Parts: sequence; structure tokens; C-alpha cells
Amino acid sequence: MAKGFFKNILKRLQFNPFSKKNHVKLGLYGPPNSGKSTLANRICQDWLGEEMSTVSHIAHETREIIVKEQVSIKNKRGKELTFSLVDTPGIATKIDYEDFIRKGLKRTEAKLRAKEATKGVIDSIRWLDNMDSVVVVLDATKDPYSQVNITIMGNLQARNIPVLIAANKVDLRKANLEVIKAAFPQYPIVGISAKYGKEITDFYEQLFKLVK
Amino acid sequence: MVTFQFIPYSDIETLTAAKRVNKLLNIVKENRIVIMEGRLRKEEEADLIEITMEEISQKFKGIELSVIYPDRSKQSGVQKMKGAFATVLLGDRQGLTIIGPASIVKKIEKNPDKIELFTRELNGSKRSPVKKLRRS
Repeated sequence: MAKGFFKNILKRLQFNPFSKKNHVKLGLYGPPNSGKSTLANRICQDWLGEEMSTVSHIAHETREIIVKEQVSIKNKRGKELTFSLVDTPGIATKIDYEDFIRKGLKRTEAKLRAKEATKGVIDSIRWLDNMDSVVVVLDATKDPYSQVNITIMGNLQARNIPVLIAANKVDLRKANLEVIKAAFPQYPIVGISAKYGKEITDFYEQLFKLVK
Repeated sequence: MVTFQFIPYSDIETLTAAKRVNKLLNIVKENRIVIMEGRLRKEEEADLIEITMEEISQKFKGIELSVIYPDRSKQSGVQKMKGAFATVLLGDRQGLTIIGPASIVKKIEKNPDKIELFTRELNGSKRSPVKKLRRS
């Protein structure tokens, strides 16, 4: 009986507030095709040696929330950070199956993709409340002043969720990091290329500041 | 023909968040472009996107949304105080919200000082901007 009692106490101790850091949910949010899944794969490849999501040049490839538990990263000083990585479907205000047909999908595939994509957007928004910290992944070649971006940022701010902006695709000529900095001056911003791993070390250092 | 419908703040002031969003979305689904005085709350904007996604069908492809709002960082202390006072008394009437059906509005481009609204031709090609709004 005494053995059972101590076992129970030890089990409870596992859920003490000091272990909370191991259960941090880090969300990747942003518009479709900004590179959220490419970044998720980069993080998982770098630290777990495996991929997490599929990527495609056709928008709305990620149509379900994907969670990778227990991702541990280390910074230059050897400090470790463990979190659950949450890759979310891109948030959009419109989804037209004909856009997918123009990208080469068959009509039935396109309709199904559109239907799943609408559900994905709803799930992304609903999951906002579950996040402890969020990396907003923006395409550095695109106009950052879209209302979707502003709505995402506003909702994260309203929920007091710490935010890091990853301005992705800085390897491309059209990328303009300064425009993103001008659009969101109140947030930390790191320019990266998730595809090629450019500036990814800086990104990991910023993650340590984000997830305190 | 493109139809714009102006919604004064007084029309939505007393409505609940769900009713506000539904009212705006119902107008947009009738292929009209809403120009609303003021703006929705952040959570209401997210609700608008969520409900839009629930409503998407072969006929209704979604919305284009944009908000022009005064840049408070450029306002003087007195202006900020006046704005805050007016918001408490009259609600947040500052700014303009534009919501259009994606089947008509191809995109709304915004930089901090102006909004350009591009509409679709019936054959799907892009027209030059039909509406330019500048922030005072």
C-alpha cells in the first residue's frame, strides 16, 4: 500500500509546473504556401532526422493539423528546449476548386481538396486557443499587408500568445525582408529559407527567446 | 455591374458578434461589396473567416477582406486620447472595412495609405482598379 502511495506521488510530480516546458505547443501559422510544412520538415530533419509533413507547390497541401510530439532542440550554449510542433493548414478567406484544376488536378480531386481545405482553415483557427507560442511563417516575396496576415497577428495578440515571424523564402530574389519589418515592427522577425536551411541557426536562437 | 452597400456602424452596433458576422456575410453572398464604417473585433474577423469557410460551395468561393484603419503610432497624444474617448462613447467607428465576394473581387491590395480593389471580368480576367480609397 505504501509502495502504491509513493508511486502515486511520483506520478503526480511528473505533472508539476516545472515540467510544463516539455508540453509547450509551438504552432506554425500563416497563409497557404508560405512554407509552414517546409519549415516543420526542416526542424524535424535537423533534430529528429525525419520529415513531418508533405509539401507541394499547389496551395492547401496541409489540410489537417499535424502534431509532432517531443521535439527537442539545443542552442549554442547547450541549453535544451522541448516542444510539440504543430503544423497547421494555411489560413485563407477564399478557396476555389477551379484554382486546383488550373494547377493540374482532376475535377473530383480538386473539389475534394477544396472541401478538405475549408475544414483545415476552420481547424487552424480553432486550434489558436491551444497554442503556447506561435511562429507565423510569411512568404517574404509576397505583400505582407494582406488582411489574413493582419487577422492572424491580431488574434494572437488578443490571446497574448508570443509570436515570432519567420520571413521565409529569402533565397528568392523577390524576397523583401524590410517590407515585412515595416509591416510588423512590434514583432521579432527572422529571415530564413526553410528549403535550403539559410539563417536557420538564427531562427533556432529566436525560438529559445520565444518559448521561455 | 458592381454593387457597393454601405453599412453604418449604427446598423451593427447593438448586434451580437455572430449576428454581425452573419449580416455582413449575407450581404456578400448576394454578390454585393460591403463598405462598413468601423471594423470588426479581431475575434470577429476570425469568426468571419471561419463562417465563410463553412459556407463555401461551388457558387460561393469565399471573400476578399480588407480594413483601413488609422495608424495610431503616427497619432499625437491628443489624437490618441480623443480617439479612445470617442471609442468609449460611440464604439470603434474608426476605419473602414471592405468585404467582397471572391467571385467578383479578385484581390484587394493595400499598403498603409491606400486600398485598391480589383474586380473580375465575367471571363475571369483582371480589371484595373475600380476603387481607390485613401486614408486621411
